[in-house]
Amino acid sequence: MASLFRYFQPRHLLCATGVVLAAAGTAYLVQRLSKRVELQEVPREPEEPTKPCTSPSPAGHTAEPPRLNKPPFPWFGMDIGGTLAKLVYFEPKDITTEEEQEETENLRNIRSCLTSNVAYGSTGIRDVHLEMKGLELCGRMGNLHFIRFPTQDLPAFLRMTRDKQFSRLHKTLCATGGGAYKFEADFQTIAGLQLVKLDELDCVIRGALYMNSSGPSECFYLENPTHPEQCFLKPYPLENPYPFLLVNIGSGVSILAVHSRDNFKRVSGTSLGGGTFLGLCCLLTGCSTFEEALEMASRGESTQVDKLVRDIYGGDYERFGLPGWIVASSFGNMIYKEQRDSVSKEDLARAALVTVTNNIGSISRMCALNENIERVVFVGNFLRGNMLSMKLLAYSMEYWSAGRLKALFLQHEGYFGAVGSLLELLKSS
Amino acid sequence: MADCSQAGSGRHSMDKSITLPPDEIFRNLENAKRFAIDIGGSLTKLAYYSTVQHKVAKVRSFDHTAKEVDGDPLYEISVQEEITARLHFIKFENAYIETCLDFIKDHLVNTETKVIKATGGGAYKFKELIEKKLKLKVDKEDEMSCLIKGCNFVLKNIPHEAFVYAKHADSEFRFQNTHPDIFPYLLINIGSGVSIVKVESEDKFERIGGSSIGGGTFWGLGALLTKTKRFDELLQLASRGQHTSVDMLVKDIYGGAYGSLGLTGDLIASSFGKSATTDKEFSKEDMAKSLLHMISNDIGQLACLYARLHNLTRVYFGGFFIRGHPVTMHTITYSINFFTKGEVQALFLRHEGYLGAIGAFLKGAEEDNPNQYSWGENYAGSSGLMSVSPDLNPMQRVRSGTFDMLEMDRLERQLVNLPLLQDPSSYIPDTVDLTEDALARQYWLYCFEEALDGVVNRAVASQPDLPQAVERAEKFRQKYLHKLQTLRHQPFAYGSLTVRSLLDTREHCLNEFNFPDPYSKIKQKENDVALRYFQKVVRSLEKLPWEQRQFALVKGLLAGNVFDWGAKAVSDVLESNPEFGFEEAKHQLQDRPWLIDCYDQWVERLKGPPHKCALFFVDNSGIDIILGVFPFVRELLCRGTEVVLASNSGPALNDVTNSELQILTERIAAMDSVIQAAIKEDRLTLVQSGSSSPCLDLR
Repeated sequence: MASLFRYFQPRHLLCATGVVLAAAGTAYLVQRLSKRVELQEVPREPEEPTKPCTSPSPAGHTAEPPRLNKPPFPWFGMDIGGTLAKLVYFEPKDITTEEEQEETENLRNIRSCLTSNVAYGSTGIRDVHLEMKGLELCGRMGNLHFIRFPTQDLPAFLRMTRDKQFSRLHKTLCATGGGAYKFEADFQTIAGLQLVKLDELDCVIRGALYMNSSGPSECFYLENPTHPEQCFLKPYPLENPYPFLLVNIGSGVSILAVHSRDNFKRVSGTSLGGGTFLGLCCLLTGCSTFEEALEMASRGESTQVDKLVRDIYGGDYERFGLPGWIVASSFGNMIYKEQRDSVSKEDLARAALVTVTNNIGSISRMCALNENIERVVFVGNFLRGNMLSMKLLAYSMEYWSAGRLKALFLQHEGYFGAVGSLLELLKSS
Repeated sequence: MADCSQAGSGRHSMDKSITLPPDEIFRNLENAKRFAIDIGGSLTKLAYYSTVQHKVAKVRSFDHTAKEVDGDPLYEISVQEEITARLHFIKFENAYIETCLDFIKDHLVNTETKVIKATGGGAYKFKELIEKKLKLKVDKEDEMSCLIKGCNFVLKNIPHEAFVYAKHADSEFRFQNTHPDIFPYLLINIGSGVSIVKVESEDKFERIGGSSIGGGTFWGLGALLTKTKRFDELLQLASRGQHTSVDMLVKDIYGGAYGSLGLTGDLIASSFGKSATTDKEFSKEDMAKSLLHMISNDIGQLACLYARLHNLTRVYFGGFFIRGHPVTMHTITYSINFFTKGEVQALFLRHEGYLGAIGAFLKGAEEDNPNQYSWGENYAGSSGLMSVSPDLNPMQRVRSGTFDMLEMDRLERQLVNLPLLQDPSSYIPDTVDLTEDALARQYWLYCFEEALDGVVNRAVASQPDLPQAVERAEKFRQKYLHKLQTLRHQPFAYGSLTVRSLLDTREHCLNEFNFPDPYSKIKQKENDVALRYFQKVVRSLEKLPWEQRQFALVKGLLAGNVFDWGAKAVSDVLESNPEFGFEEAKHQLQDRPWLIDCYDQWVERLKGPPHKCALFFVDNSGIDIILGVFPFVRELLCRGTEVVLASNSGPALNDVTNSELQILTERIAAMDSVIQAAIKEDRLTLVQSGSSSPCLDLR
């Protein structure tokens, strides 16, 4: 498999976008990330609310090895979204000699292929910085890997699964996301795999709750979002998470009110999501990847593109308490030919990012008010390496609610659906 | 706004573009005072207050103490001058602003006006020009406050101001009954950005939110994506496009619907999502459509979230993004329906474009207390709602490039709902909505066109001694014909089209050309004839046994109603055969059961105790009122029931007006002791309905 590093950007590179804005915050993030890896080594607390495979075993049977319940390796969970397919893979690190001898060649192949590369094909990427080491899952110790590739490259993935003879190990694969439905037949015919289709929102919530309870620093927030100079990341121990609003920003946006593990509902959503940002950037700037678009946005200025309150009123609109710097009309200055001619691609990318992000913030805030919920957790791949948007969201939550609402983020942004479906695999077997 | 800066270059050829003579646009300028102007991105709206001198018909009783001579007229009819207040609102493209200011300057005689109230984004830009041309000081008013003030004013004063837009229904516009209490409501103003304002009372409103994704986003982003400069062109592109090639739909992700969430496959999952994943060229039309959907859906969603949070169900949309554009009204309506599952309706306003100008005007006119009066839309002087849809008829497209007018007359008194109305908000005075019933509309428009010659002739005949009656009547014919043609193409121009509104429009047009009461002579003659028969009719009724008399009285009411000049069939007979009499009419009545027949219940009720009070809304002059209504009233009075006779305040067709009825009642009282006693004891009273319309409206 050819490893092309073209699209691979480790976390600290992605964070460069954040550095431009607030060096202090980003430095903290990098530091904290390395610290988090250490934290993974710390033994997990014995009782985890969402820990799978803990089938109720009556006292006296504790000697029974829990392994009997678990499915055969390899353990995968998949989430096929509109733009990106996400894959989580559990690599057992406690393989016994006995197991190693039993291990079929294709299983070993899959394991080494996935774990020894950071990029697959031309577009597949393993997010090394998100890897969870020394995780105990279903009685096994190992590492959890996070892999993604564009949904449009799914055929290549299916051919690879066929070539690696995955179906000789497993007849089924747990998958969620729209693609699990759309490509079900392709999985069957190309890879010989029967998909166990799981509900997307169910998986995202289970995945997020599991990850939150598996690592103390999964959840974080931005301190001082209204003061860019003093803004920095801080872990947020989300111990009693309910109720919270979960805003999942993928290609589109789903907004869920979560009152408990099993009591949640999709309260709203918007079609202005990550797909809109990238789609508009592709059309406006000719870029082709999310990373490119983000990078351009980090170098642009949206105030050239947007019409601000002060552009209309010369200053603040005091009658309504609107400060002059507030965006009155997104892309509003682009109605003038002279300004269209002088605008840069970077400015347009920045404006697209700000427009989409602020809108998500605004709708989330209204949903939070309507549902009477104060904590808003933003997840989804739109936030991947997107410190700009996280800051905007944190800012708008705090500013417009006068500090009542809090924007929270999770480290594994877009992988919760995939994690959720992996948990389902372990539970169902 | 980009366009107005370029407009200067074509200034010299502008006059040619004014298709109507300016004096028919800026009417009544001689008496104008209190100016206000609202200059938006592309349109200017001018408002002024003026007085109109027009003719009114008066009747005056002769001195009857002298011995009556057979053949003398019953009462004297005179036409007098009266001055009433009128509000003028004119909308034109910013390109004409200089020409218009010049015209106003030349015709403005009134010198006491010193200030012009101004609002809108362009007010600042044109400040110097206005001050230089008009020698008036520009006084800027806050845009949003003007908007709200204007909105309150039209909602209160113009029936059928608000409408629901339904693209695929038989009639696109479904006008709403005016709720007596207009508050609270939500106003979503979609200009460059979006402002969401909660209005709780005349003076209390609050901007509760907004969004930066608005009309400016559609225009700016649209211009970038499609290289199309003008807002209107972008809308036209959008109306031809297919958003599904650009947007990522639920089915693009799921292969079908997302059943467990009830999300259908055609729902947009990600706006512009396909342009992120596919490397292909997208058509301008498709991108514009996708953009329009994205913005409309987003605004609709926010509007719903705010409406829910503040527990409001009346949500009005305005701003240049909406302004009569069917495309945006449709997408906004769709969005609201989707997000509220039909619980909240998107409402639009017929005079939405004038709100700022009306509000600015009202702010400058507080000493005239315009809010203390009732104002009525003058159909003769107002252009009506013009759709700017590219696929509608060409007549209005020409119009949209020129001038649009709204005129409102101050009514003589503050109008209130009839207190007996159980639920004024659900009361609909009209039986047929001609905007919805195409066949009935064609029929009635045809009737009114056919009857026009007769109306013109009667108008001329009513003023044998006044100058230019023939010419004025001809102008009336042209004006009304034009209105009928407009209504044929755009039945929604003045709200719901009804027989009542067609009649009102005709009255307004007649008044416009100083024919205040074309039927005055006919009414006089008929009243005269009928009075001579009154005693005879009463005597013959008294001879009848009780049951027979009741039946004869009811038949008399019905027969009297045949004498209605408004109904075409009857006016044909009356024109050709003046001898057609009361008795003949009674004979021609159908046998029972009648179409609506409660006669048996009525008679049963009469056998019981007398009614306390009876309120009559009287209709036609002559035989109807004198030989039909009065004997019936007399019978009720004899039973001990009090009677109130409500008649029109102003003339309409051959309906008896309040002043005429007073004279008639006096004359009848002189002949009849029952009536005389009842008047003396206040058991028979006459009141005005406040209306000058041939049809009954109890609001």
